[in-house]
Amino acid sequence: MSRYVVIYVIVLGWIVTAQARELEVGSQRAVTSLKEALKIAQDGDILCVDPGTYTPDTVLIIDKSIKLYAQGEVHIKAAEGQGIFEIRADSVSIVGFHLSDVGRSYIKDLSAIWVDYSKHFEISHNKILNCFFGVFCTKSSNGIIRHNVVKSNAEEEHSSANAIHLWYCKKIRIENNLAQQHRDGIYLEFVDSSVIRYNVSTQNLRYGLHFMFSHNNEYAYNVFKTNGSGVAVMFSRHITMHKNHFLNNWGDAAYGLLIKEIYDATLSDNLFYKNTTGVFAEGSSRVAMKDNVFDSNGWAIKMRGNSAKNEISYNSFVGNSFDIATEAKKEENLYHHNYWDDYSGYDLDRDGVGDVPHRPVNLFSYLVSRVDESILLLRSSFVQVLNMAEKVTPALTPVSLVDEQPLMRSPH
Amino acid sequence: MLKVFKYSFLDLMRNRWTLGYFLFFAFSTFGLLYLSGDSSKVVISTMNIIILLVPLVSLIYGQMYLYQVRDYVEILLAQPISRQAIFGGYYLALASALSISLLLGLCIPILIVQPEGFVANGWLSLLAISAILTFVFIGIACNLVLRFDNRLKGFGVGLFVWLFLAIIYDGLILVVMLLFENYPLENASLILTLLNPIDAGRVLLIFQLDYSALMGFTGAVFAKFFGTLVGSVVLTFGFGMWLFIPLMQLMRKAKRKDF
Repeated sequence: MSRYVVIYVIVLGWIVTAQARELEVGSQRAVTSLKEALKIAQDGDILCVDPGTYTPDTVLIIDKSIKLYAQGEVHIKAAEGQGIFEIRADSVSIVGFHLSDVGRSYIKDLSAIWVDYSKHFEISHNKILNCFFGVFCTKSSNGIIRHNVVKSNAEEEHSSANAIHLWYCKKIRIENNLAQQHRDGIYLEFVDSSVIRYNVSTQNLRYGLHFMFSHNNEYAYNVFKTNGSGVAVMFSRHITMHKNHFLNNWGDAAYGLLIKEIYDATLSDNLFYKNTTGVFAEGSSRVAMKDNVFDSNGWAIKMRGNSAKNEISYNSFVGNSFDIATEAKKEENLYHHNYWDDYSGYDLDRDGVGDVPHRPVNLFSYLVSRVDESILLLRSSFVQVLNMAEKVTPALTPVSLVDEQPLMRSPH
Repeated sequence: MLKVFKYSFLDLMRNRWTLGYFLFFAFSTFGLLYLSGDSSKVVISTMNIIILLVPLVSLIYGQMYLYQVRDYVEILLAQPISRQAIFGGYYLALASALSISLLLGLCIPILIVQPEGFVANGWLSLLAISAILTFVFIGIACNLVLRFDNRLKGFGVGLFVWLFLAIIYDGLILVVMLLFENYPLENASLILTLLNPIDAGRVLLIFQLDYSALMGFTGAVFAKFFGTLVGSVVLTFGFGMWLFIPLMQLMRKAKRKDF
């Protein structure tokens, strides 16, 4: 009996693969235009596109399960006021294309590739240059977006769009992409159970990564560099962020990482380097910040008073102008086993943990949060004297914000 | 004036204290560079030392030297040399001797350890600021010596001037800021800061180094101010006043004083 099943499966497999035709598109081929090729293609076909420049007169709608491969440099320029590809079927792949010149629109979300109600799609190795939206996914799932380069030359927030934009999606993998000079590098809204890894997001006008109402996602090994306001994550639960680099986000309202209304998240092994504010936490609870390095930031962590039950442990604070800033009188968060470069205690029993508790909020950071202009007194001798006095007998800084077990050496 | 300058300058350069001043800065900069290895961080630590020590040493050392040569000055006054030439010469000799030993003390270690970090990271501003501070406080020292014949009183006032400008003044600024925290204070606090040469030097350097903390809203306003022409003109003017007024006062006093 089982022998028949095996034979049946083999025959069925042969039929299916035999049906997958290979269509070739190019100026020297039988089919010269992409639009025509998409019309005659059937489910399961593979479209191989010859090198050259293609200028379709309308948006290319893919409503069959086909795979598109570029055989060399295939440039596709968008028609005026139109996007380039619209994927409306499952199991579609678009691999290796150079897509460009999708114009901006204030009414429609024009994009180089729009994925709509699709499952198991793959968008990889494309170069998407100078487009309004790069990759735009709506109500899709189980897709892969990887090794794409999405670059634009956005100048103003209101007239630009996002490089990779996901809305109501599930189980998407976004890996090894470069998102540059768009409004947001990667934007996710209502996206669950997805993995965002090894991406580089840089020089975007607003956020390198921006997500809201997106739960159970993992963000790892990404680099967010020189974006207008860093990275913003809001209104999400069960987020894992680890081994990301948040670099050089300077400016009036710039953060390495802004977390707002985030619950039960893990933030570990990240590097925050030269940001105006490393982490800005507002209304976030049960966030575990562990093994992060805060180096040369203005403020390493700004913790608003409405954040509670967060655990900040085993981090290194090195060379920041201020380590912790908070306006809360009573501290609800737990700080322990961090390394503070301005810790002045001692370790008599040599177990690596300082014997004297460390208070990371100094008087000056309190003063600066009260009167902005007092930043002019940074590193003045008087302020150092004040800090010393406050350290001995805390009067203004929160007494309960204290690291009882500060590390003597940086664990990193 | 050049003759007075030449002899007192050579005398000062041979002085053990000048050598000590040079060695102190050379060793501390060497030590800091050796320990941290990052010339941009060393600039901040060195700045902390400079802002406290350069005014103090310039004041005290200048006063000590001038009180010491006072008898000799009286002999010089009996000669056909103008008073301006004598005091101008001493002022220049003291200021340049101290700045040279200070600048050498800062430059030699960085040129040996990290020559590529010399132009970057605000080292040049640090050098300029330390030289300016030396000139300013030597000027004040000369004034104090001419004003107070009693050495103890002179030193006392000198120490108070240093304490006031280096520490108390910042406290007063802070009090003003807290009293008027409901008013826009950007310009007022900037002006107050620039009125004090030590603060002006510190702020100028900080804006080149600790940029990330200062890029908040107010920081952006300040950074913008220092980046513009107006900012540099105001700064130059502020330092210029601090160099010029003590010198004018010195010349006036020197002309009138009855020895």
